[in-house]
Amino acid sequence: MSATGNRPLVKVENLEKLFPVGRGIFKKANQFIHAVDGVSFEIAPGESLGLVGESGSGKTTTGRILARLDHNTAGSIHLQDGEEMLDVADIGKDGMKRFRRRVQMIFQDPYESMNPRRTIYDTIAEPLQVQGIGRLPEREQRVAELLEMVGLTPAENFLFRYPHELSGGQRQRVAIARALVIDPVFVVADEPTSMLDVSIRISIMDIMLKLGEEFGVSYLYITHDLAVARYMCDRIAVMYLGKIVEIAPTEELLSNPMHPYTRALLSAVPVPDPGHARPDVEIKGGISKAIDPKPLCRFLDRCPWATEQCRTSDHPRLVEMEPGHFVSCYVVEQSR
Amino acid sequence: MSAPDLLEGTVAASEEALWRIRLRLAWRGFRKGWSSFVANRIGLVGLTIITLYGLMALAHPILMHTVWDPKIYDPVVGYDAPVTTKVIVPDGEVVDIATQVDLFSARLINPMLKVGETLDVTEQPAAPSRTHLLGTDPLGRDVLSQLMYSTRAAFMLGIVAALVTVGIGTTVGSVSAFFGGIVDTLFMRLADLIILVPFLPILIVLSALFHFELLHLAILIGVLSGFGGTAIILKSQALSVSVKPFIDAARVAGGGRMHLIFRHIIPNVLPLSFLYMMFSVTDAISSEATLSFLGLLNINMSWGIMIYTANSQGYLLSSASYWWLLLPAGLSVTLLAGSFYLVGRAMDEIINPRLRRR
Amino acid sequence: MTFDQRAAIATPVLDVQHLTMHYTVKKGEVQAVDDVSFTLAQGEALGLVGESGCGKTSIAMTLIRLLADNAKIVDGKVILAGTDVARLTDEQMRKHRWSDISMVFQGAMNAWNPVYKVGDQIWEAMELHFPDMVETEGRERIAELFELVGLGPELIDRYPHEFSGGMRQRAIIAMALSCDPKIIIADEPTTALDVIVQDQILRELKHVQETLGMAIIYISHDVAVIAEVSDRIGVMYAGKLVELGATDEVFPHPKHPYTYLLLASTPSVKGPRRKLAPLEGEPPDLLKPPTGCRFHPRCPWATEICTSEEPPFNEISEGHSVACWHTEEVPELGRLEG
Repeated sequence: MSATGNRPLVKVENLEKLFPVGRGIFKKANQFIHAVDGVSFEIAPGESLGLVGESGSGKTTTGRILARLDHNTAGSIHLQDGEEMLDVADIGKDGMKRFRRRVQMIFQDPYESMNPRRTIYDTIAEPLQVQGIGRLPEREQRVAELLEMVGLTPAENFLFRYPHELSGGQRQRVAIARALVIDPVFVVADEPTSMLDVSIRISIMDIMLKLGEEFGVSYLYITHDLAVARYMCDRIAVMYLGKIVEIAPTEELLSNPMHPYTRALLSAVPVPDPGHARPDVEIKGGISKAIDPKPLCRFLDRCPWATEQCRTSDHPRLVEMEPGHFVSCYVVEQSR
Repeated sequence: MSAPDLLEGTVAASEEALWRIRLRLAWRGFRKGWSSFVANRIGLVGLTIITLYGLMALAHPILMHTVWDPKIYDPVVGYDAPVTTKVIVPDGEVVDIATQVDLFSARLINPMLKVGETLDVTEQPAAPSRTHLLGTDPLGRDVLSQLMYSTRAAFMLGIVAALVTVGIGTTVGSVSAFFGGIVDTLFMRLADLIILVPFLPILIVLSALFHFELLHLAILIGVLSGFGGTAIILKSQALSVSVKPFIDAARVAGGGRMHLIFRHIIPNVLPLSFLYMMFSVTDAISSEATLSFLGLLNINMSWGIMIYTANSQGYLLSSASYWWLLLPAGLSVTLLAGSFYLVGRAMDEIINPRLRRR
Repeated sequence: MTFDQRAAIATPVLDVQHLTMHYTVKKGEVQAVDDVSFTLAQGEALGLVGESGCGKTSIAMTLIRLLADNAKIVDGKVILAGTDVARLTDEQMRKHRWSDISMVFQGAMNAWNPVYKVGDQIWEAMELHFPDMVETEGRERIAELFELVGLGPELIDRYPHEFSGGMRQRAIIAMALSCDPKIIIADEPTTALDVIVQDQILRELKHVQETLGMAIIYISHDVAVIAEVSDRIGVMYAGKLVELGATDEVFPHPKHPYTYLLLASTPSVKGPRRKLAPLEGEPPDLLKPPTGCRFHPRCPWATEICTSEEPPFNEISEGHSVACWHTEEVPELGRLEG
């Protein structure tokens, strides 16, 4: 499932995260939300993978697990570390330190993702301080460098400001600087532009793209907005109720969507061209919750194409329909 | 807010030491907080009263060493019983206690006296006069001197209680919020227990059992406050901080538990702690007054003791005629305790919007 | 999306003339809305687009007269049903609010009172405007409205937490329609919703609008949504209306630099992937807006005159007005292919 034949930077296999529902002190939980339900993908070095889905799809949870803010209940994550692949679930304290050095995260809310009582310098320098990298003058130098790179110049004007003195766009630039200051190899970006004004979104994405190339960073870009995913990502994975239903290179996915959910999603996206007539969105019903789902196809209740096979078989596996283009759907498989 | 309209005094990081910059930033923050505080009338009133009492506390040792003769003016062991000449009037016709005495009381001293004659009376307690601006107490001690001397005790009490409360409350609250689980449960049930039991009766019982001095009382109040209601409030604040994304961000940056608690959670809880600190000063001062009034405290002079003295010598019920025995002390307790409360309220208005600021 | 503008303009259902609204803060007066003029024809869909702080929500609140205490209408007229509602007292405005013009507020789907049934809350609004209406009549009406917005009648007696996000938004729309307004203002009606639900809601709104012959003002920062739903579009920047015209006309041929840059900086699933023009800088502080044209600090085509003199809002072609000194510089956008 990697775009190239080389060794992937990040390899996720059958990732699962269950949240218990209805737990008391003495009663054990008997119901679980399958937030992430058997997700597998690979990210190559320098590649940007988009994780697209609506609310409840599991994309944010997947991102948090990859950044080790939450722990998966099953499945594995491997991170390339020199010659070997680190098994992230089984790393111990030293391994965790190496992990934190190589994996960083950019958060969605530019207002709440910075400690309001710490200066911009403190915020960006935090990874360096906490991980004991460099000494004071070197750290100051590095932070100033990063500020220049994200376009907050002159750096002196920003170093000792507080977050509330900056605009949303400026704060997200600081967030990018903080994520890149220790030179990571992999950055999870959780909807970094969704709370920003429309006109500054692409400047933020441009910074991420440019610096991503300069630093040689891979991104997992989480978003609900297909247009944004298109701008940022080399490949896109579409998630529904905890599963990846389709994954393909960006332009291929957008010009040739195969899974009925992807098609519905794509046809629902408004286009800034009044002359463009959108096709009807073919989907039934409303969003469902993934509480103890039956082993059938998760999309069954909403699928306009559901067949007898779909109703009686397990959730379909991801099958490569075109080079690099994987879909999990029996109807699509049959159409080959 | 755009970059250009920012600061005076921008510095290149490499040119100036970090600590000096932080100091300047702290000073700027303080000045800004100060101007919003001053804009609030309530806080200003409170602060003025506190300052006045502070000056009184400072003035007392100066006066004792210069103008005031310790033999007369010492708040504990001074003695002065001025002699006043009073005119004898018929019983029930005493209009001015400073210049008249009734026949019955005069006859107690000299049975031969008649209405219209004068009598030299040793005043104890003495009414306010030029030598004793607030009069003397039933033991002949200068009331003003006592009042000023006790201010020191009140401040000391308040500050110690406040610091202990803040220290304990912040730590307990942050630890509870951060670790959750059994640690949280233990601290919260402890807090419930403390709130459950009435504050004053507990103090009364404890001071009856143990020998309490001012410092002990201050620490005790601080501990009870800190582990009690304040812990719950500060824990709730710490909890709301601990779920903010910047805590996640610090974790991703590699921060361990100590770093998160001390560099992120506690600094965001402290403003609220300082606020509640003000309220605990109020508690401390009024509790001390009550306990001293009941004679349960082992200190030699405080406002509460002044009222206690008045009471034990039987002057409480005649407080209209002997107002200087009760009013200064009672008013001081109310004013000083109240002024800390006012400052706390004014700080509340500054702190809350700041915490919620986007 | 054809719309016969000429006929409709003759009898506008809303006529806004030089509307100016400021609100007072400690540091001074924020010039939130400045000299905005537009008309709304019966049955028309007008889209107001702009970024945060541009004044689009302020205009909406001004039209419906739900302003905060520190806000005041400094100038201008808002002519609704023959009356200048800008000059009315709050008492007088109450007659018009909800029955002539109503609003779906931003984030309103979260404003349902959780302890009352949804139907009861809608009935409460109706009771105030139709004091003679009996409850059974009211319930019938609510059932009709629910059907109109695609909700089942059984939901009338349910509580808000039993509704999904999309359903709550539909119920809010039903509530806004409950007193038969001629105009409805929808402020970011789909911002918090997933894209598939958004599609459904937008279709509902269109269906409702066409069925009832109602005029609607859409407010959104989402250029793509506005492109789809509006017959005419008004672009707002820093409290001013900088461009106004038919959507079909403005999108391929924007005449204001901000319009062009806004449209050109919107990523899309159609058309070229990365041929986009980022907009530098930040929106201005409305306490002290820039002199002359408020957009000049960020405009790539600004000249001397732009810094000193405010461009007038002029009609440059039939139904298409712009406030800019250099409309000829603005490039064409054309259509997105693909």
